Amino acid sequence: MFALTPEEWTAITLSLRIAITATICSLPVGIAIAWLLARRDFWGKGLLDGIIHLPLVLPPVVTGYLLLIWFGRKGVIGAFLYDVFGITLAFRWTGAALACAVMSFPLLVRPLRLSFESIDRRLEDAASTLGARPFLVFLTVTLPLALPGLIAGTLLGFAKALGEFGATITFVSNIPGETQTISAAIYTLTQIPDGDAAAARLVVVSIIIALIALVASEWLSRRAGQRFHGE
Amino acid sequence: MTMLSVHVRKALPAFTLDVAFSGAGTTALFGASGAGKTTVANLVAGLMQPDAGRVAIGEDVLFDSERRIDVPIHKRRIGYVFQEGRLFPHMTVMRNLDYGRRMNGLPHNDGDRDRIVAMLNLGALLPRRPGRLSGGERQRVAIGRALLSKPRLLILDEPLASLDAARKDEILPYLERLHDETLPMIYVSHQPNEVRRIADRVVRIEQGKVAAAGGVELLD
Repeated sequence: MFALTPEEWTAITLSLRIAITATICSLPVGIAIAWLLARRDFWGKGLLDGIIHLPLVLPPVVTGYLLLIWFGRKGVIGAFLYDVFGITLAFRWTGAALACAVMSFPLLVRPLRLSFESIDRRLEDAASTLGARPFLVFLTVTLPLALPGLIAGTLLGFAKALGEFGATITFVSNIPGETQTISAAIYTLTQIPDGDAAAARLVVVSIIIALIALVASEWLSRRAGQRFHGE
Repeated sequence: MTMLSVHVRKALPAFTLDVAFSGAGTTALFGASGAGKTTVANLVAGLMQPDAGRVAIGEDVLFDSERRIDVPIHKRRIGYVFQEGRLFPHMTVMRNLDYGRRMNGLPHNDGDRDRIVAMLNLGALLPRRPGRLSGGERQRVAIGRALLSKPRLLILDEPLASLDAARKDEILPYLERLHDETLPMIYVSHQPNEVRRIADRVVRIEQGKVAAAGGVELLD
Protein backbone atom coordinates (compact mmCIF):
# COMPACT_ATOMS: atom_id res chain seq x y z
CA MET A 1 0.00 0.00 0.00
CA PHE A 2 2.80 2.37 0.80
CA ALA A 3 4.78 2.04 -2.44
CA LEU A 4 5.04 5.50 -3.91
CA THR A 5 4.35 5.87 -7.61
CA PRO A 6 6.92 7.66 -9.85
CA GLU A 7 4.55 10.63 -10.08
CA GLU A 8 4.42 10.91 -6.31
CA TRP A 9 8.21 10.69 -6.06
CA THR A 10 8.45 13.47 -8.63
CA ALA A 11 6.16 15.68 -6.55
CA ILE A 12 8.20 14.97 -3.41
CA THR A 13 11.64 15.64 -4.90
CA LEU A 14 10.29 18.69 -6.70
CA SER A 15 8.86 20.05 -3.44
CA LEU A 16 12.19 19.55 -1.70
CA ARG A 17 14.11 21.14 -4.57
CA ILE A 18 11.79 24.16 -4.60
CA ALA A 19 11.83 24.61 -0.81
CA ILE A 20 15.62 24.23 -0.54
CA THR A 21 16.25 26.63 -3.43
CA ALA A 22 13.82 29.16 -1.97
CA THR A 23 15.46 28.96 1.47
CA ILE A 24 19.06 29.15 0.26
CA CYS A 25 18.36 32.07 -2.07
CA SER A 26 16.39 34.09 0.47
CA LEU A 27 18.83 33.50 3.33
CA PRO A 28 21.47 36.15 2.44
CA VAL A 29 18.77 38.74 1.69
CA GLY A 30 16.93 37.79 4.87
CA ILE A 31 20.08 38.17 6.99
CA ALA A 32 20.82 41.59 5.48
CA ILE A 33 17.26 42.86 5.96
CA ALA A 34 16.93 41.45 9.49
CA TRP A 35 20.19 43.20 10.40
CA LEU A 36 19.04 46.50 8.84
CA LEU A 37 15.73 46.37 10.70
CA ALA A 38 17.44 45.49 13.99
CA ARG A 39 20.33 47.92 13.82
CA ARG A 40 19.70 50.85 11.53
CA ASP A 41 17.26 53.71 11.50
CA PHE A 42 16.38 54.92 8.06
CA TRP A 43 13.58 56.59 6.18
CA GLY A 44 10.91 54.08 5.19
CA LYS A 45 11.92 51.47 7.76
CA GLY A 46 8.31 50.98 8.86
CA LEU A 47 7.25 50.62 5.25
CA LEU A 48 9.94 48.00 4.53
CA ASP A 49 8.89 46.09 7.63
CA GLY A 50 5.28 46.23 6.46
CA ILE A 51 6.05 45.05 2.93
CA ILE A 52 8.03 42.08 4.23
CA HIS A 53 5.15 41.01 6.44
CA LEU A 54 2.52 41.58 3.76
CA PRO A 55 2.57 37.97 2.43
CA LEU A 56 1.69 36.83 5.95
CA VAL A 57 -1.59 38.76 5.97
CA LEU A 58 -2.53 39.01 2.28
CA PRO A 59 -4.55 36.17 0.76
CA PRO A 60 -1.89 33.93 -0.88
CA VAL A 61 -3.83 34.14 -4.14
CA VAL A 62 -3.25 37.89 -4.17
CA THR A 63 0.49 37.46 -3.64
CA GLY A 64 0.59 34.87 -6.43
CA TYR A 65 -1.38 37.12 -8.73
CA LEU A 66 0.94 40.07 -8.06
CA LEU A 67 3.92 37.82 -8.80
CA LEU A 68 2.28 36.81 -12.07
CA ILE A 69 1.73 40.43 -13.04
CA TRP A 70 5.29 41.50 -12.20
CA PHE A 71 7.31 38.38 -12.93
CA GLY A 72 5.30 36.94 -15.80
CA ARG A 73 6.90 37.00 -19.27
CA LYS A 74 5.13 40.32 -19.94
CA GLY A 75 5.51 41.73 -16.44
CA VAL A 76 7.90 44.61 -15.73
CA ILE A 77 10.47 42.48 -13.92
CA GLY A 78 9.71 39.27 -15.80
CA ALA A 79 10.28 40.90 -19.21
CA PHE A 80 13.55 42.37 -17.99
CA LEU A 81 14.76 39.02 -16.63
CA TYR A 82 13.86 37.30 -19.89
CA ASP A 83 15.39 39.93 -22.20
CA VAL A 84 18.62 40.37 -20.25
CA PHE A 85 19.28 36.97 -18.70
CA GLY A 86 16.93 34.67 -20.61
CA ILE A 87 15.27 33.66 -17.33
CA THR A 88 11.62 32.62 -17.30
CA LEU A 89 9.89 32.27 -13.94
CA ALA A 90 6.19 31.94 -14.75
CA PHE A 91 5.01 28.31 -14.93
CA ARG A 92 8.51 27.02 -14.08
CA TRP A 93 9.82 25.41 -10.91
CA THR A 94 12.09 28.45 -10.44
CA GLY A 95 8.95 30.59 -10.27
CA ALA A 96 7.58 28.23 -7.63
CA ALA A 97 10.79 28.78 -5.66
CA LEU A 98 10.32 32.55 -5.95
CA ALA A 99 6.71 32.30 -4.73
CA CYS A 100 7.81 30.12 -1.79
CA ALA A 101 10.67 32.50 -0.97
CA VAL A 102 8.33 35.50 -0.87
CA MET A 103 5.73 33.68 1.20
CA SER A 104 8.24 32.33 3.72
CA PHE A 105 10.35 35.51 3.94
CA PRO A 106 8.61 37.06 6.99
CA LEU A 107 9.05 33.80 8.90
CA LEU A 108 12.75 33.79 8.07
CA VAL A 109 13.35 37.44 8.96
CA ARG A 110 11.47 37.65 12.23
CA PRO A 111 13.48 35.29 14.49
CA LEU A 112 16.72 36.56 12.96
CA ARG A 113 15.81 40.13 13.70
CA LEU A 114 14.91 39.28 17.29
CA SER A 115 18.25 37.50 17.65
CA PHE A 116 20.17 40.49 16.28
CA GLU A 117 18.29 42.78 18.65
CA SER A 118 19.11 40.67 21.68
CA ILE A 119 22.88 40.53 21.07
CA ASP A 120 24.99 42.46 23.55
CA ARG A 121 26.43 45.16 21.30
CA ARG A 122 29.22 45.78 23.76
CA LEU A 123 30.72 42.51 22.52
CA GLU A 124 30.86 44.03 19.05
CA ASP A 125 32.63 47.09 20.47
CA ALA A 126 35.12 44.78 22.12
CA ALA A 127 35.75 43.07 18.78
CA SER A 128 36.38 46.47 17.15
CA THR A 129 38.94 47.46 19.74
CA LEU A 130 40.75 44.17 19.02
CA GLY A 131 41.17 45.22 15.38
CA ALA A 132 38.20 43.63 13.61
CA ARG A 133 36.79 45.75 10.82
CA PRO A 134 32.98 46.05 10.76
CA PHE A 135 32.33 43.19 8.33
CA LEU A 136 34.58 40.86 10.32
CA VAL A 137 32.81 41.88 13.54
CA PHE A 138 29.59 40.82 11.86
CA LEU A 139 31.00 37.50 10.65
CA THR A 140 32.85 36.50 13.82
CA VAL A 141 30.66 37.92 16.59
CA THR A 142 27.21 39.10 15.44
CA LEU A 143 26.27 36.21 13.17
CA PRO A 144 27.52 33.38 15.44
CA LEU A 145 25.66 34.91 18.38
CA ALA A 146 22.52 35.13 16.24
CA LEU A 147 22.79 31.42 15.42
CA PRO A 148 19.66 30.36 17.36
CA GLY A 149 17.59 32.89 15.41
CA LEU A 150 19.28 31.89 12.18
CA ILE A 151 18.41 28.22 12.73
CA ALA A 152 14.84 28.96 13.80
CA GLY A 153 14.28 31.33 10.86
CA THR A 154 15.78 28.98 8.31
CA LEU A 155 13.70 26.00 9.41
CA LEU A 156 10.49 27.96 9.79
CA GLY A 157 11.04 29.42 6.34
CA PHE A 158 11.85 26.01 4.90
CA ALA A 159 8.74 24.45 6.42
CA LYS A 160 6.59 27.26 5.08
CA ALA A 161 8.18 26.98 1.63
CA LEU A 162 7.55 23.24 1.60
CA GLY A 163 3.85 23.64 2.29
CA GLU A 164 3.14 26.79 0.28
CA PHE A 165 0.14 26.34 -1.97
CA GLY A 166 -1.95 29.41 -2.83
CA ALA A 167 0.65 31.78 -4.21
CA THR A 168 2.52 29.00 -5.98
CA ILE A 169 -0.49 27.56 -7.81
CA THR A 170 -1.62 31.05 -8.84
CA PHE A 171 1.80 32.08 -10.15
CA VAL A 172 3.11 28.88 -11.72
CA SER A 173 0.01 26.68 -11.92
CA ASN A 174 -0.02 22.94 -11.21
CA ILE A 175 2.10 21.24 -13.87
CA PRO A 176 3.20 17.69 -13.01
CA GLY A 177 6.99 17.41 -13.12
CA GLU A 178 7.51 21.18 -13.29
CA THR A 179 5.48 22.99 -10.63
CA GLN A 180 3.35 20.30 -9.01
CA THR A 181 4.53 20.18 -5.40
CA ILE A 182 3.27 17.79 -2.72
CA SER A 183 0.54 20.24 -1.73
CA ALA A 184 -0.59 20.74 -5.32
CA ALA A 185 -0.51 17.00 -5.95
CA ILE A 186 -2.66 16.31 -2.88
CA TYR A 187 -5.07 19.00 -4.03
CA THR A 188 -5.30 17.39 -7.47
CA LEU A 189 -5.82 13.95 -5.95
CA THR A 190 -8.73 15.18 -3.88
CA GLN A 191 -10.42 16.33 -7.08
CA ILE A 192 -10.40 12.94 -8.80
CA PRO A 193 -12.17 9.69 -7.92
CA ASP A 194 -9.96 6.99 -6.34
CA GLY A 195 -7.34 9.55 -5.35
CA ASP A 196 -7.67 8.87 -1.63
CA ALA A 197 -4.91 6.27 -1.25
CA ALA A 198 -2.36 8.36 -3.14
CA ALA A 199 -3.36 11.49 -1.22
CA ALA A 200 -2.96 9.60 2.05
CA ARG A 201 0.57 8.51 1.07
CA LEU A 202 1.57 12.10 0.28
CA VAL A 203 0.02 13.30 3.52
CA VAL A 204 2.15 10.81 5.47
CA VAL A 205 5.25 11.91 3.56
CA SER A 206 4.64 15.59 4.33
CA ILE A 207 4.11 14.80 8.01
CA ILE A 208 7.40 12.88 8.06
CA ILE A 209 9.31 15.72 6.38
CA ALA A 210 7.81 18.29 8.75
CA LEU A 211 8.72 16.17 11.79
CA ILE A 212 12.30 15.72 10.60
CA ALA A 213 12.61 19.48 10.10
CA LEU A 214 11.23 20.19 13.59
CA VAL A 215 13.47 17.66 15.32
CA ALA A 216 16.52 18.92 13.41
CA SER A 217 15.72 22.50 14.38
CA GLU A 218 15.31 21.55 18.02
CA TRP A 219 18.58 19.60 18.06
CA LEU A 220 20.56 22.34 16.29
CA SER A 221 19.18 25.05 18.57
CA ARG A 222 20.12 23.07 21.65
CA ARG A 223 23.65 22.56 20.36
CA ALA A 224 23.95 26.27 19.56
CA GLY A 225 22.67 27.15 23.04
CA GLN A 226 25.22 24.88 24.68
CA ARG A 227 28.06 26.67 22.94
CA PHE A 228 27.16 29.87 24.79
CA HIS A 229 26.88 28.27 28.18
CA GLY A 230 30.31 26.87 28.44
CA GLU A 231 29.82 23.20 27.61
CA MET B 1 58.77 55.76 26.37
CA THR B 2 55.72 56.50 24.25
CA MET B 3 53.90 59.70 25.13
CA LEU B 4 50.15 59.69 25.28
CA SER B 5 48.44 63.01 24.76
CA VAL B 6 44.72 63.45 25.17
CA HIS B 7 42.41 66.42 24.95
CA VAL B 8 38.75 65.62 24.56
CA ARG B 9 35.61 67.69 24.81
CA LYS B 10 32.06 66.39 24.59
CA ALA B 11 28.68 67.74 25.63
CA LEU B 12 26.92 65.18 27.83
CA PRO B 13 23.41 65.36 29.30
CA ALA B 14 24.68 66.20 32.81
CA PHE B 15 27.69 68.38 31.98
CA THR B 16 30.20 69.22 29.29
CA LEU B 17 33.18 66.95 29.57
CA ASP B 18 36.52 68.64 28.91
CA VAL B 19 39.60 66.71 29.90
CA ALA B 20 43.24 67.04 28.90
CA PHE B 21 46.27 65.11 30.10
CA SER B 22 49.48 63.71 28.72
CA GLY B 23 52.43 61.61 29.76
CA ALA B 24 54.12 58.23 29.44
CA GLY B 25 53.65 55.14 31.62
CA THR B 26 50.42 54.49 33.47
CA THR B 27 47.93 57.30 33.91
CA ALA B 28 45.10 56.74 36.37
CA LEU B 29 41.79 58.46 35.72
CA PHE B 30 40.53 58.76 39.26
CA GLY B 31 37.23 60.04 40.57
CA ALA B 32 33.75 59.23 41.81
CA SER B 33 31.41 57.21 39.62
CA GLY B 34 29.56 59.44 37.19
CA ALA B 35 32.45 61.90 36.94
CA GLY B 36 33.07 60.97 33.29
CA LYS B 37 36.10 58.65 33.58
CA THR B 38 34.72 55.87 31.40
CA THR B 39 33.52 58.42 28.86
CA VAL B 40 37.10 59.70 28.55
CA ALA B 41 38.30 56.12 28.00
CA ASN B 42 35.63 55.57 25.33
CA LEU B 43 36.52 58.83 23.60
CA VAL B 44 40.18 57.82 23.47
CA ALA B 45 39.35 54.33 22.17
CA GLY B 46 37.01 55.70 19.50
CA LEU B 47 33.88 54.05 20.90
CA MET B 48 32.47 57.56 21.26
CA GLN B 49 33.32 60.59 19.16
CA PRO B 50 34.51 63.80 20.86
CA ASP B 51 32.92 67.09 19.82
CA ALA B 52 36.41 68.52 19.65
CA GLY B 53 39.93 67.70 20.70
CA ARG B 54 43.00 65.69 19.84
CA VAL B 55 44.24 62.21 20.80
CA ALA B 56 47.74 61.04 19.94
CA ILE B 57 49.99 58.15 20.92
CA GLY B 58 53.57 59.23 20.29
CA GLU B 59 53.63 60.61 16.74
CA ASP B 60 50.42 58.87 15.68
CA VAL B 61 47.37 61.11 15.71
CA LEU B 62 44.18 59.11 16.28
CA PHE B 63 41.77 61.99 16.48
CA ASP B 64 42.11 65.65 15.63
CA SER B 65 38.97 67.71 15.16
CA GLU B 66 40.86 70.61 13.53
CA ARG B 67 42.62 68.42 11.00
CA ARG B 68 39.52 66.23 10.64
CA ILE B 69 41.35 63.08 11.56
CA ASP B 70 39.26 60.29 13.07
CA VAL B 71 40.93 56.89 12.87
CA PRO B 72 38.29 54.12 13.04
CA ILE B 73 38.24 52.01 16.23
CA HIS B 74 39.62 48.88 14.63
CA LYS B 75 42.66 50.73 13.31
CA ARG B 76 43.55 52.48 16.56
CA ARG B 77 45.29 49.48 18.09
CA ILE B 78 44.11 50.30 21.59
CA GLY B 79 43.68 47.32 23.88
CA TYR B 80 40.60 47.83 26.03
CA VAL B 81 39.88 45.79 29.15
CA PHE B 82 36.26 46.43 30.02
CA GLN B 83 34.73 46.37 33.46
CA GLU B 84 32.69 43.27 32.58
CA GLY B 85 35.37 41.48 30.57
CA ARG B 86 33.24 41.15 27.45
CA LEU B 87 34.74 37.83 26.44
CA PHE B 88 33.15 36.24 23.38
CA PRO B 89 30.82 33.57 24.83
CA HIS B 90 30.91 31.38 21.71
CA MET B 91 34.70 31.01 21.65
CA THR B 92 37.07 29.12 23.91
CA VAL B 93 39.57 31.06 26.00
CA MET B 94 42.20 30.06 23.45
CA ARG B 95 40.24 31.58 20.58
CA ASN B 96 39.39 34.67 22.61
CA LEU B 97 43.10 35.21 23.21
CA ASP B 98 43.89 34.62 19.55
CA TYR B 99 41.12 36.90 18.25
CA GLY B 100 43.15 40.10 17.92
CA ARG B 101 45.94 38.32 16.08
CA ARG B 102 43.51 36.76 13.61
CA MET B 103 41.60 39.99 12.97
CA ASN B 104 44.80 41.91 12.34
CA GLY B 105 46.16 39.21 10.06
CA LEU B 106 49.30 38.83 12.15
CA PRO B 107 51.39 35.65 11.88
CA HIS B 108 51.30 33.07 14.69
CA ASN B 109 53.68 33.95 17.47
CA ASP B 110 53.76 31.15 20.00
CA GLY B 111 56.50 32.79 22.04
CA ASP B 112 54.39 35.87 22.60
CA ARG B 113 51.33 33.88 23.45
CA ASP B 114 53.16 31.58 25.85
CA ARG B 115 54.67 34.56 27.63
CA ILE B 116 51.27 36.24 28.19
CA VAL B 117 49.64 32.93 29.12
CA ALA B 118 52.38 32.35 31.70
CA MET B 119 52.28 35.92 33.02
CA LEU B 120 48.52 35.78 33.60
CA ASN B 121 48.53 32.10 34.53
CA LEU B 122 45.95 31.14 31.91
CA GLY B 123 47.32 27.73 30.90
CA ALA B 124 44.61 25.64 32.57
CA LEU B 125 41.82 27.83 31.18
CA LEU B 126 42.66 27.64 27.47
CA PRO B 127 40.13 24.95 26.37
CA ARG B 128 37.25 26.37 28.42
CA ARG B 129 34.51 28.72 27.37
CA PRO B 130 33.88 32.00 29.23
CA GLY B 131 30.59 30.69 30.68
CA ARG B 132 32.65 28.33 32.84
CA LEU B 133 35.09 30.90 34.24
CA SER B 134 35.02 32.78 37.52
CA GLY B 135 34.92 36.58 37.48
CA GLY B 136 38.62 36.84 38.24
CA GLU B 137 39.56 34.32 35.56
CA ARG B 138 37.49 36.23 33.04
CA GLN B 139 39.28 39.47 33.77
CA ARG B 140 42.67 37.78 33.43
CA VAL B 141 41.64 36.41 30.03
CA ALA B 142 40.35 39.85 29.02
CA ILE B 143 43.72 41.39 29.93
CA GLY B 144 45.56 38.69 27.97
CA ARG B 145 43.28 39.12 24.99
CA ALA B 146 43.89 42.87 24.92
CA LEU B 147 47.67 42.44 25.26
CA LEU B 148 47.86 39.85 22.47
CA SER B 149 46.19 42.19 19.98
CA LYS B 150 49.53 44.08 20.04
CA PRO B 151 48.11 47.41 21.22
CA ARG B 152 49.96 50.72 21.36
CA LEU B 153 47.94 51.73 24.40
CA LEU B 154 46.14 49.68 27.02
CA ILE B 155 42.97 50.99 28.63
CA LEU B 156 41.70 49.27 31.76
CA ASP B 157 38.26 50.47 32.84
CA GLU B 158 37.66 49.48 36.48
CA PRO B 159 38.83 45.95 35.72
CA LEU B 160 38.39 44.94 39.37
CA ALA B 161 35.05 46.63 40.06
CA SER B 162 32.95 43.50 39.57
CA LEU B 163 35.15 41.33 41.81
CA ASP B 164 35.09 40.65 45.54
CA ALA B 165 38.03 41.50 47.77
CA ALA B 166 39.72 38.10 47.47
CA ARG B 167 39.51 38.18 43.67
CA LYS B 168 40.89 41.72 43.61
CA ASP B 169 43.93 40.57 45.53
CA GLU B 170 44.25 37.74 43.03
CA ILE B 171 44.36 40.10 40.02
CA LEU B 172 46.32 43.05 41.41
CA PRO B 173 49.72 41.33 41.15
CA TYR B 174 49.04 40.65 37.47
CA LEU B 175 48.19 44.29 36.91
CA GLU B 176 51.43 45.29 38.60
CA ARG B 177 53.27 42.97 36.25
CA LEU B 178 51.74 44.85 33.31
CA HIS B 179 53.93 47.70 34.38
CA ASP B 180 56.92 45.77 33.12
CA GLU B 181 55.42 45.87 29.63
CA THR B 182 56.63 49.10 28.07
CA LEU B 183 53.11 49.98 27.07
CA PRO B 184 51.39 53.25 27.97
CA MET B 185 48.25 52.58 30.00
CA ILE B 186 45.11 54.37 31.12
CA TYR B 187 43.74 52.93 34.33
CA VAL B 188 40.22 54.01 35.27
CA SER B 189 39.34 53.56 38.92
CA HIS B 190 37.75 55.08 41.99
CA GLN B 191 39.78 52.94 44.40
CA PRO B 192 42.82 54.80 45.84
CA ASN B 193 44.57 51.60 46.95
CA GLU B 194 44.46 50.11 43.44
CA VAL B 195 45.66 53.31 41.86
CA ARG B 196 48.57 53.62 44.32
CA ARG B 197 49.84 50.19 43.36
CA ILE B 198 49.52 50.56 39.62
CA ALA B 199 49.70 54.17 38.42
CA ASP B 200 52.61 56.55 37.77
CA ARG B 201 50.39 59.58 37.48
CA VAL B 202 46.92 60.49 38.67
CA VAL B 203 44.37 62.66 36.91
CA ARG B 204 41.47 63.38 39.24
CA ILE B 205 38.23 64.00 37.40
CA GLU B 206 35.18 65.73 38.83
CA GLN B 207 32.05 66.62 36.87
CA GLY B 208 33.83 66.10 33.56
CA LYS B 209 36.78 68.38 34.35
CA VAL B 210 40.31 67.75 35.57
CA ALA B 211 40.22 68.71 39.25
CA ALA B 212 43.88 67.89 39.91
CA ALA B 213 46.77 66.12 38.18
CA GLY B 214 50.05 64.86 39.56
CA GLY B 215 51.76 61.89 41.24
CA VAL B 216 50.13 59.21 43.37
CA GLU B 217 50.71 61.46 46.44
CA LEU B 218 47.60 63.28 45.16
CA LEU B 219 45.57 60.46 46.74
CA ASP B 220 46.84 61.10 50.27
